Amino acid sequence: MKIEIDEISKDFGSTAALTPVSLSIPSGALVALLGPSGSGKTTLLRILGGLEFPTAGRVLFEGQDATNLTVQERRAGFVFQSYALFRHMTVFENIAYGLRARPRQQRPSNPEITRRVTKLLELIQLPDIGKRYPAQLSGGQRQRVALARALAIEPRMLLLDEPFGALDAKVRKELRQGLRDIHDETGLTTIFVTHDQEEAMELADLVVVMSMGRIEQIGKPADIRARPATDFVRSFIAA
Amino acid sequence: MSDFAAGSPANRPQPQPGINPNEARFQAPTDEPLLLRWSLIAIAAFFLILLVFAPLTAVFAEALSKGWGAAVKSLQSREAISAIKLTLLVAAIVVPLNAVFGIAAAWFITKFDFRGKAFLITLIDLPFSVSPVVAGLCIVLLFGANTAIGAWLVANGFPIVFALPGIVLATVFVTFPFVARELIPVMIEQGRAEEEAALTLGASGWRTFFTVTLPNIRWALLYGLLLCNARAMGEFGAVAVVSGKRESATTMPLRIEMFYNEYLSVAAFSLAGLLAFFALLTLLLKTWLESRHADALSASRRGH
Repeated sequence: MKIEIDEISKDFGSTAALTPVSLSIPSGALVALLGPSGSGKTTLLRILGGLEFPTAGRVLFEGQDATNLTVQERRAGFVFQSYALFRHMTVFENIAYGLRARPRQQRPSNPEITRRVTKLLELIQLPDIGKRYPAQLSGGQRQRVALARALAIEPRMLLLDEPFGALDAKVRKELRQGLRDIHDETGLTTIFVTHDQEEAMELADLVVVMSMGRIEQIGKPADIRARPATDFVRSFIAA
Repeated sequence: MSDFAAGSPANRPQPQPGINPNEARFQAPTDEPLLLRWSLIAIAAFFLILLVFAPLTAVFAEALSKGWGAAVKSLQSREAISAIKLTLLVAAIVVPLNAVFGIAAAWFITKFDFRGKAFLITLIDLPFSVSPVVAGLCIVLLFGANTAIGAWLVANGFPIVFALPGIVLATVFVTFPFVARELIPVMIEQGRAEEEAALTLGASGWRTFFTVTLPNIRWALLYGLLLCNARAMGEFGAVAVVSGKRESATTMPLRIEMFYNEYLSVAAFSLAGLLAFFALLTLLLKTWLESRHADALSASRRGH
């Protein structure tokens, strides 16, 4: 799905988290929002997901104004920084949650839910963990379950907040490839937030470098490396 | 899976006393000398016996001093039965009310950011710091028959003071903090992420509350409700003021005092024993529920 961000700004009280930013994301792209903490990248992601509302500006999905859609209406698959798995539910119930939450007419039957959850567990290559609780999983497994749960609602886009932040270096590399594969398989427009420039450059088709609530540069990884637009970008990607 | 139990101390290998010959020389940094440990345990046990077991035993011993028959018979008097009924009725009204108020207050405080939050938290604690007698007096001053509201209510056949509504109001006030106090730290610790996740998955606000928020706080809620219940049944000061010690508005604690003042010691202590038994029953219920749901409890408490 094509996503357009049109002059979005966001204030928290008297501090501006986003000064007007505009960005157009082509359908099916894998985009990294890259920047240090406090750069506004998570705020932008949450605005896209409907968890925050902008102070001014518009969000367009496929050319349609989506600014006032509620979080439920957006149908964005959101993966939270610490995954936010429901700790009192099994992995199976976590993944099934979005399907069971649908209105009765659109809710799949129980066998259909089982079929879909099983398929998602296979997609994340953890077919046997349906009966476990989140506390019994490793960090990497939790991240993949969170991804499966987000995919279960047949989202229109995938939004990930620091998806590899809490993982050790080896698992991080594996899961990067995992996210790339899932993106290529589903063709979903995918936006992830990261402060790790190596991660952004390696994984994304399009990198958006942000600092202090502004977009510093938008480009393909190679272009940003070759021609950093500002001093900030030059020093940030050199780090 | 080698890492899944890392957060659980119970699954870590425990040092085995007596096997390690170096044990006497090397002790864990958190370990204390034997003498200190035993004296601390002895002090704790002494106060527990002096302050908890001794009075409890004394109550039951006094109640049964003339045998089971006399104790049971004293509980069957008209006054005792009406006091027991009233106390159970008050608890049955107050506990659900405070469950709703407590959840609402804790939800509001922990899930939203607003000015004056610290002030609101202080306000919730107010019933703990204000003397219950003062709380009772406030209700009398507000709704007593010599006030405008009170006179109108009495004229319309709905007296508050010296009647059930006053007792309920006083008890709700006094027990208000228990549920909210238990819930606020738990809900702060859990943050908003799980609720946000439920919303992004398409769940409505109510569905999120019942399937995510409530299950996550259920143990803290239960504990708060048990404390609230115990206090609701046992409250004396505030209820004494608003009931005016009328026959029809006498709860168990008030009736115990009346019996005692009338030198009816078997009746007083039997009723006191019953009140203590209700409290013990709620604690037993809590322990039983916890052991029955030990799995779910440890799964939701282990690191996440």
